[in-house]
Amino acid sequence: MKIGVLALQGAVEPHVVALRALGATTVAVRNPTELALVEALVLPGGESTTMAKLLRLNELEEALAERLAGGMPAFGTCAGMILLASGVLDGRADQRSFSAIDIDVRRNAFGRQVDSFEADLDVTGLAGGPLHAVFIRAPFVERAGADVEVLATVGGHPVCCRQGRVLVTSFHPELSGDVRLHQHFLELAAT
Amino acid sequence: MADLFDTQAGAPRADGTGARSTGTMLVKRGLAEMLKGGVIMDVVDPEQARIAEDAGAVAVMALERVPSDIRRDGGVARMSDPEMIEGIKAVTTIPVMAKARIGHFAEAQILQSLGVDYVDESEVLTPADEAHHIDKWAFTVPFVCGATDLGEALRRISEGAAMIRSKGEAGTGNIVEAVRHLRSILGDIRKITQADSAELYDWAKRLQAPVPLVQELAETGRLPVPLFCAGGIATPADASLVMQLGAEAVFVGSGIFKSENPSVRAKAIVEAAANFRDPDILVKVSRGLGGAMPGLEIGSLETKLADRGW
Repeated sequence: MKIGVLALQGAVEPHVVALRALGATTVAVRNPTELALVEALVLPGGESTTMAKLLRLNELEEALAERLAGGMPAFGTCAGMILLASGVLDGRADQRSFSAIDIDVRRNAFGRQVDSFEADLDVTGLAGGPLHAVFIRAPFVERAGADVEVLATVGGHPVCCRQGRVLVTSFHPELSGDVRLHQHFLELAAT
Repeated sequence: MADLFDTQAGAPRADGTGARSTGTMLVKRGLAEMLKGGVIMDVVDPEQARIAEDAGAVAVMALERVPSDIRRDGGVARMSDPEMIEGIKAVTTIPVMAKARIGHFAEAQILQSLGVDYVDESEVLTPADEAHHIDKWAFTVPFVCGATDLGEALRRISEGAAMIRSKGEAGTGNIVEAVRHLRSILGDIRKITQADSAELYDWAKRLQAPVPLVQELAETGRLPVPLFCAGGIATPADASLVMQLGAEAVFVGSGIFKSENPSVRAKAIVEAAANFRDPDILVKVSRGLGGAMPGLEIGSLETKLADRGW
């Protein structure tokens, strides 16, 4: 299975490294032609406002919306989670999100960079003990729909959610060298 | 700090088990990772900050005068007024960076307290200390520092910088110095990866850099923090050039707001950075931008900002 990594801006390479370590074939996705090559997509961290603009400029917005509506498995971290959400709070008025998972997220919800942090998280269903998670100007989930499973929380706020074959995290599993969530996504995508 | 985490009973909720650690190197470097492939724009007021964010900037650098004006005006250039930085923070949702003078840790403390997302210990401002850069490990806020060569980059990293930018020559609109600095940094890294273990000690001596950092470079073939490029970028083609050379993102200072049509040029440089290897897109975004900022020949400069810092 070919796994795409949205490569318009942000922390693309750490995802590619994690996926390749698990034996996946990866494709950098910047345009509709590259999107058509992949069966699942990782949306990395970065600036969600910049990515949303580049999706439009690169004429990728509609193609991505179509694939996500068609049930393509997707894994969004931080800005990627914001892009996959159904609602964005504290975003820009023109900020597009794709409603691939029924959650509303608040941008920069944990504060500014001086409030960014690392912590060990228990993730429901993840074997092997707590996951070391890195939160960078991170969003959290304000509302999770009835069909959404909340897999981890911080301070009562969901930070890792799953609905069907869509997985999202507020944090950056790609930065801490722990590939268990990537493994989980590959298994989800293969179902 | 365990009470920061949700410990409510009842499946299928999970709860955090550890304390939060802020200001770690991973957290500092992490934000730089998120800015990769993007454009960080110098802005002097909220209106420019809005234009930058609208154009797709990944972050803004708040300062009172862009480098070309600092160069023209002369005098001592200092940290910006907190009120001005707050005004910019209030209108943007993207990270806000600000500059402190080299060695001026009190300015950096003020910027950290203000809640800026990155401090640039910058040669564009007048240095405050002729021998010492800021001990950046002492801060929660991450720092970016300029470098003209690999030794300078490694010294800044050993002091705690979480991002390096090649200095170039700020305020000139001339890319030649940025290219020189990038080629010097990346060229030496390539050579070090070919060196044997005994030669690494000599490299450390020549670079005036810590041996463990040189050994790490030899192992990984890259700096332990992201390498961005600054100083002289004025066109989409400039952004593409330095990113093809190996820069992971670009800072654009005077290049945008000293050009004829800042909004259009800002968008074009954002698109060029994201598609830096795609000549078809570069053709498209390079068309009809209006005049670029007027450039300066390096040989004609009275002050080379890149010579500040050591």
